Amino acid sequence: MAEKIIGKPAAIYDEFSRKGGAAPTATHYCPGCGHGIIHKLIGEAMDDLGIQDRSVMISPVGCAVFAYYYFDCGNLQVAHGRAPAVGTGMSRAQDNAVVISYQGDGDLASIGLNETMQAANRGEKMAVFFVNNTVFGMTGGQMAPTTLIGEKTVTCPDGRDPRFAGYPLHMCEILDNLKAPVFIERVSISDISHIRKARKAIRRALEVQRDGKGYAFVEVLSTCPTNLKQNAQQSTDFVNNMMEKEFPLQNFRDRFDEAEPLWRDESDFSKSAIDKLYSLEDNASPEAVPDKDFRIALVKIAGFGGQGVLSMGLTLARAGCRDQRYTSWYPSYGPEQRGGTSNCSVVISGESIGSPVVYESDVLIALNQPSLEKFAGDVKKGGVILYDATISGVEVPKNVRSIAVPAMQIAKDAGSVKAANTVMLGVMMELGDTGLPEKVFREAIEDTFASKPKLIPMNLTILEAAAKWARENIK
Amino acid sequence: MATQLIKGNSAVIIGALYAGCDCYFGYPITPASEILHEASQTFPKLGRKFVQAESEEAAINMVYGAASAGHRVMTASSGPGMSLKQEGISYLAGAELPSVIVDIMRAGPGLGNIGPEQGDYAQVVKGGGHGNYHNIVLAPNSVQEMCDHTIKAFELASKYRNPVVVLADGVLGQMIEPLHFPDEAITPVIDESWAVCGTKETKENLVSSIFLDFDKLEDFNYQLQEKYETIKENETVHEEYMTEDASIVLVAYGISSRICHSAVEVARREGFKVGLFRPITLFPFPEKELKGIADSYDCTFIAVEMSNGQMMEDVKLAIECSRPVELVNRLGGNLITLDQVMEKIREVASREA
Ligand SMILES: Cc1ncc(C[n+]2csc(CCOP(=O)(O)OP(=O)(O)O)c2C)c(N)n1
Ligand code: SF4
Ligand SMILES: [Mg+2]
Repeated sequence: MAEKIIGKPAAIYDEFSRKGGAAPTATHYCPGCGHGIIHKLIGEAMDDLGIQDRSVMISPVGCAVFAYYYFDCGNLQVAHGRAPAVGTGMSRAQDNAVVISYQGDGDLASIGLNETMQAANRGEKMAVFFVNNTVFGMTGGQMAPTTLIGEKTVTCPDGRDPRFAGYPLHMCEILDNLKAPVFIERVSISDISHIRKARKAIRRALEVQRDGKGYAFVEVLSTCPTNLKQNAQQSTDFVNNMMEKEFPLQNFRDRFDEAEPLWRDESDFSKSAIDKLYSLEDNASPEAVPDKDFRIALVKIAGFGGQGVLSMGLTLARAGCRDQRYTSWYPSYGPEQRGGTSNCSVVISGESIGSPVVYESDVLIALNQPSLEKFAGDVKKGGVILYDATISGVEVPKNVRSIAVPAMQIAKDAGSVKAANTVMLGVMMELGDTGLPEKVFREAIEDTFASKPKLIPMNLTILEAAAKWARENIK
Repeated sequence: MATQLIKGNSAVIIGALYAGCDCYFGYPITPASEILHEASQTFPKLGRKFVQAESEEAAINMVYGAASAGHRVMTASSGPGMSLKQEGISYLAGAELPSVIVDIMRAGPGLGNIGPEQGDYAQVVKGGGHGNYHNIVLAPNSVQEMCDHTIKAFELASKYRNPVVVLADGVLGQMIEPLHFPDEAITPVIDESWAVCGTKETKENLVSSIFLDFDKLEDFNYQLQEKYETIKENETVHEEYMTEDASIVLVAYGISSRICHSAVEVARREGFKVGLFRPITLFPFPEKELKGIADSYDCTFIAVEMSNGQMMEDVKLAIECSRPVELVNRLGGNLITLDQVMEKIREVASREA
């Protein structure tokens, strides 16, 4: 049929050596299939625009799975429906590549609908050529999302019935609701006059890519005479009369002139840049030193979210690091925290740490009632419980000291109710149950508030006030 | 040497940055999300590429796209997300694309919960997707190793053109420990002999996993198996602790191996001859090394894992069932406790006495 009006583009191989077999210049497509024509139109546009070397063609799963037999450019073959995601990866990695995603209706509008929508919505730099032949060609003619109402396929043998199979999907119209796409058009390759228009649209989509301007989508109404059991005339008529009625040909959008090219930054792999990102020069502790004589401290800290339970644990861990102890911190996470309480485990040790999760603690700090109730029973003999004095208290195991600390009150008196956690740290510092010297607690407070230096003096004051309270009130 | 307190999940990204990872694609899931967060906060600042994908399927296929261009690229997820990635991982293996995937295991099956587990072992170590392929699998057990193994993963992925999975769990992802930052940063080199970059030099290259011809696909499959043999020869890594005279050998990886390390110390103090064998690569599994122990000592093995004996099967295979293998495990998001391991040790020891 119409193929004669297109010459052989340079971007299409002369011989299809990847295909192999006896006829190296014949395609694997059926006679009358639309895929061959669309390939040529794309190849021609690649020639005209001088983008052959920059082009990366993505072959889908469908009859065009072997598109790479034909296109003389970089080629990827990918999983069913995932071409837009693969194209995204390629485009982000190789900013200058002209990414071309070539997909059928099953691939693009059924299994790959999400990837299609999302890549379009992100405005990925790629040209998507959507070959709508209303059927799953490759797998033997099953219903596609674009199958027309009443159209018979293997899986809707009596014709597509919208009561059971819904309606044809209109991809151009769907994508036209999105802001990001630069170019959207529906064309047909049913006959010569249609092919002329299709050629222009395909070229435009690739121009958008040549200039790095963003996402372009061309839906091509195409033929599958084999599965629709049509001869050449019937398939032309089907596209012109039936398909066009359901899928009107039109340009939906052409923002080529307004769209700005988007060129991405170069990657920086230098060590200095990464070091700087993590402020390695001015924010680091010395490495831990083994010390068999240091008694391991297992600390559990628990309370309401917002009471600074997790950050208090981190400050304690920082103190451990400052003292060159092996240290770990492990939080409750996710929905565990939703109920409003959270907890963390801190282990400070003279040798490498086994489990970072504390089941039985030497020190329990409880800032609310539920936490005290939940964890008091797990404190080891000889251990200590610090809880806020506003909590009514619970029964504690034998040989465990429990101390009600007016943490909220001390914090409030010193200027911030929120700093009850710092009060508890100050009491811990004074009690010495963690085996850490006082000095590292002060340093740890400075580390914790390094990014908000204004808060350092107040927290240090609270730390000292708490220590004083402990000296005066705890025997 | 200087350290910073770093969360395990963040350490993964620190490793990736120093390893020259250029692209990160991911989708949120607890307990792996901080990997995504850390990438979003760091990659763009260094001009590197970050996309929050629409799903794990999309993410792994974005990995496929960027890996096709020869870039160092990664994604991370947890249980349900890993299941979604399996098709993509099979394609990566089939197309021989270097890629790094981090799995912060949570409890399953189904939605399960977000607690730590090691139940993805079989899925990740045996293949998981369709076809005769293997991932290289590394099992860190500390924040330091979360970073170091990620770096190693990129090195192995490039060396063997194979997907590499860093297999960790919720505890390793969520915990904070001091991290000694990497001493060097790698500037990756793109291998133009196979990569497709949208350049004249790489125009003839094709990334694909199709072999229509049965015999050709069979040949390719055998080639893959040869590659896996080479990997077994060269890359198997494990650690032993006090196994020399052990009559009980604990076998554990990841967070479980740390609990077992403590158990060995407690058991030794109590007079039990207990040692620890820790596989660091799970594929390749240190079969010969484990068999060596089984052949040399009259010992009982105890597989300690947060899964239903998935790793224990590999222990039995490795030692060809020549010694008894017991199982200590927890499931559902619970950690194995020191007491639990000790109880088993005492039980086995008393039986032997
Ligand atoms: C995950 C997956 N599911 C199903 C298939 C089988 N399959 C191959 S092609 C195809 C449909 C192709 O139809 P379409 O995208 O319209 O392409 P056409 O052949 O019509 O050009 C299907 C379902 C597959 N390869 N992979
Ligand atoms: S089955 Fe249909 S779509 Fe596939 S090659 Fe034949 S005519 Fe073309
Ligand atoms: Mg189709």
